[in-house]
Amino acid sequence: MTDAAWIDAALTAARPQAVGALLRYFRDLDIAEEAFQNACLRALNNWPRHGPPRDPAAWLILVGRNVAIDEVRRNRRQRPLPEDEAISDLGDAEEALAERLDGSHYRDDILRLLFICCHPDLPATQQIALALRVVSGLTVKQIARAFLVSEAAMEQRITRAKARVAGADVPFETPGAVERSERLAAVAAMIYLIFNEGYSASGDAAATRAPLCEEAIRLARLLLRLFQGEPEIMGLTALLLLQHARAAARFDAEGALVLLDDQDRSLWNRKMIAEGLALIDKAVRHRRSGPYQLQAAIAALHARATRPEDTDWRQIDLLYGALETMQPSPVVTLNRAVAVSKVRGPQAALEMIEPLAPRLSNYFHFFGVRGAFLMQLGRNDEARVAFDRAIALANSSAEAAHIRMHLDRLMRDSQPCGSKSSKK
Amino acid sequence: MLYAILCYHDEDIVGSWTREQDAAVMDRLAVVQDKLAREGRLGPVARLLPTTSATTLRKDDPPVVIDGPYAETKEQLLGFYVVDCGNLDEALDVARDLGAANPGGAYEIRPVSVLNPGSVTR
Repeated sequence: MTDAAWIDAALTAARPQAVGALLRYFRDLDIAEEAFQNACLRALNNWPRHGPPRDPAAWLILVGRNVAIDEVRRNRRQRPLPEDEAISDLGDAEEALAERLDGSHYRDDILRLLFICCHPDLPATQQIALALRVVSGLTVKQIARAFLVSEAAMEQRITRAKARVAGADVPFETPGAVERSERLAAVAAMIYLIFNEGYSASGDAAATRAPLCEEAIRLARLLLRLFQGEPEIMGLTALLLLQHARAAARFDAEGALVLLDDQDRSLWNRKMIAEGLALIDKAVRHRRSGPYQLQAAIAALHARATRPEDTDWRQIDLLYGALETMQPSPVVTLNRAVAVSKVRGPQAALEMIEPLAPRLSNYFHFFGVRGAFLMQLGRNDEARVAFDRAIALANSSAEAAHIRMHLDRLMRDSQPCGSKSSKK
Repeated sequence: MLYAILCYHDEDIVGSWTREQDAAVMDRLAVVQDKLAREGRLGPVARLLPTTSATTLRKDDPPVVIDGPYAETKEQLLGFYVVDCGNLDEALDVARDLGAANPGGAYEIRPVSVLNPGSVTR
């Protein structure tokens, strides 16, 4: 790797830790970010000449803090800024700081930073934007592109989010055990949201938004390294890895959605799958199940099946059943019904989803799945009605195209007995 | 003499490589490995999954299982095994057996992501 690429990677990797520590000093997100920005500028100038520091994060924290304090002093006394060289040789200072910032300090700094981004006062869209800007360090332009909005609109969204958290009461003292686990859950949910923003994209947007999935995985890994013994964080990281492992197989050349059963499994990323499976293996040893672990376990059963017909649907049905008990939701039941259709047939599955109709009357997948069950039962006219409704509710052209494929097949199947379709 | 060369790097940085950057590094390493392999001097090469996938067995009495990599710095790395196990529990069983034969210290158990068994025989 070139010097520039190395420095770039080191700055990105150190960012959450450094901004988190600077936030602890200055208790202001803008000042912390600016201090980090300034430290990065100095690193770009200093590191190629003096070689990289042993602990890049500690260097950036110390330099960032010094520059910000100098700025305050300069404003006060109109004193000139010290030369770069004066702060370039940190020597012992760096070492002392690195020692003081032990693991638990880092941990709470980063957790606080993440927690501020997913502050309960912020709507989900602002949480995600703020986290990507402040923690991941993506530019406003990159975030705007991923969310398909203008740069100005994204700038405004982030500014609003910052203003709101500045006004909110953010605790700076070290959190207690209960508060820490609450924060951890909120942060996990936010990371999952970021992932879904990338994962639910399709067509042209899929490529632009894939970095969101990668960023979410990076954040999940970061969180897991800080909380090594948390089975739900293992589960979350495993879930994201196992889902993202299928990315290359999820869309065809035209950008249309390819369902799990029809995916070319040789395109699945085996390395990500191996890591995901290893994490679930670790998590289950704790015997403390949770929604992320259950979803990851379901994803793992798909990942383990070499061919679609090797899938252990019975086990998937059981896992969805456990998830339903833990986190009742019509969407979970809908997913379970797909497993039920494979184990007990489409009639049982259809009966299972009928009661969901009132709550999922505007949900694309409900009608897609219902149509598929009806089609399997040979109730083609009803299937067609369900598919028509699904197309009307489709969130993307890829979803619509997928349903249209079913409709075309129904059309072909029903042509010999032509009169049937005219009844409609 | 056989030498083991142990690889250390900042996981944050390696983890932030793009797939292309990672592949480029692997390609450059493969050139070096291929040369050694042709000369019959290459033993097993392994790339490990990230430390987030690590579990540590402290060889206390009784042994204690801890999530995460081995973090103490007062002990030194003295050797390693590669064993084929169905899951983490099986690997921990192996580590417990080894620990009973040689108490003290710890074993870090880490899944192997890539393994080239190499060709050295002696």
